[in-house]
Amino acid sequence: MRELALPLSIEDIASLKAYDQVLLTGPLYVGRDQVHKRLFDLIHQGEPLPISLDGETIYYMGPSPAPEGKLIGACGPTTSARMDPFSPLLLDHGLKIMIGKGPRSREVALAIERNKAIYLQAFGGCGALYASTVRAVTTVAFPDLGPEALLRLEVERFPVIVAIDSLLGSVFTR
Amino acid sequence: MKLSKMISVELQKAVVELDEGVLEKIREAYAIESAAAEASRGSRSSLAVLDAILNNLAQAKEQSLPMCQDTGMFLVFVDVGRACPLSLAEIEAEILEGCASAVEEAYFRRSVVIEPVFERINTQNNLPPVIWWNLVEGSGLKIQVLLKGFGSENCSSVRMLNPTGGEEAIINAVAEIVAAAGGKPCPPIFVGVGLGGSMDRAAYLSKRALLRDVRITHPEKQYAELEGKILARLQRLGIGSGGLGGMITALHVAIAYESTHIAGLPLAVSINCWADRKATIVWEGDDA
Repeated sequence: MRELALPLSIEDIASLKAYDQVLLTGPLYVGRDQVHKRLFDLIHQGEPLPISLDGETIYYMGPSPAPEGKLIGACGPTTSARMDPFSPLLLDHGLKIMIGKGPRSREVALAIERNKAIYLQAFGGCGALYASTVRAVTTVAFPDLGPEALLRLEVERFPVIVAIDSLLGSVFTR
Repeated sequence: MKLSKMISVELQKAVVELDEGVLEKIREAYAIESAAAEASRGSRSSLAVLDAILNNLAQAKEQSLPMCQDTGMFLVFVDVGRACPLSLAEIEAEILEGCASAVEEAYFRRSVVIEPVFERINTQNNLPPVIWWNLVEGSGLKIQVLLKGFGSENCSSVRMLNPTGGEEAIINAVAEIVAAAGGKPCPPIFVGVGLGGSMDRAAYLSKRALLRDVRITHPEKQYAELEGKILARLQRLGIGSGGLGGMITALHVAIAYESTHIAGLPLAVSINCWADRKATIVWEGDDA
């Protein structure tokens, strides 16, 4: 299995193909429904974003609370399709790597191709498994969203499968 | 033990560990995908997903963490004996206390909002649960709880079929609903099918069907066979674990039915993810 550093380089993204299994190590952002809506609205209003999306990774996830002495609770992926209305705009503003679960819309696929980006699938429901890969957690923006806040994680050997590659190879079209 | 405490203990366990029947189904899927893996890329990918699922369950137990961050919404099914000495108000209070305590003790994610459209403010304790009351014979009390994740719930659906449609209409409708769900509900999935009643009652029955032990088929032969036919059809969809292809899309199909109107055949499908988390609490007369 390949092991790659986050954020993925342009060369790494180009080399990955649908069905490839990869272990990721490095920093990534965490955001789901409400974070997407807010980033989308900020871009539309011409307001500055709280983070730079350039070359970055967003993981669709909202963790359960961290028990005492732990960095984070269960933290597996949520369903990506709910981010579909927002993802093309974020991709056009520099986002390169999306991590979630399940199929994406045609508009997202086209935005992936246009921006030479990539969509990776994490293992759905495997919240405890992903908790064991997290090395650091910081709340970066929107703390009022509680479990939906925008986080920065450092992960180590975080397992994913390439679901839609930069040339639109896809595990969902059979 | 106090009823609320019994509820809390069972919910804390259900969020971390799956029951033996559910585990058996996951292991069966693993064996089937293993056998097909050499010839099929889908099965190889499904196998990677099932491997992660089994590893995750071990991690959850070892770390005492919820197996999934979506610890679900409490869907509570209460069968109250007509001669039960507890009042409904007492039972309701125990349920609320038990649920709230489990949320604190087992670090459930706060996933419930007060109203669905505008502010969507979090209730901060996963209350209120959805509670269904059902009167039964006897003096006992049985409480069953689904920890219902919403990635899968968003894929659940209701159809009002033609009364002359029969088995074929039912099999087709379930297959269409599951096909539309694809990889979204964290397959391999558990499928509850509610038939009959009214539109809302069919939806309720589909949830009751999910409560049944997955090692058991419907007690009536025709319905047990229909469950088998639906399951076979769902496997042919080839969605597989994680939606990555493979032999096994659904781990079990359970039907619950009731009487209905001459003009109708209501059908509801409740989809549950592989993390089919449920708790059963039986009370037989201790102090509440």
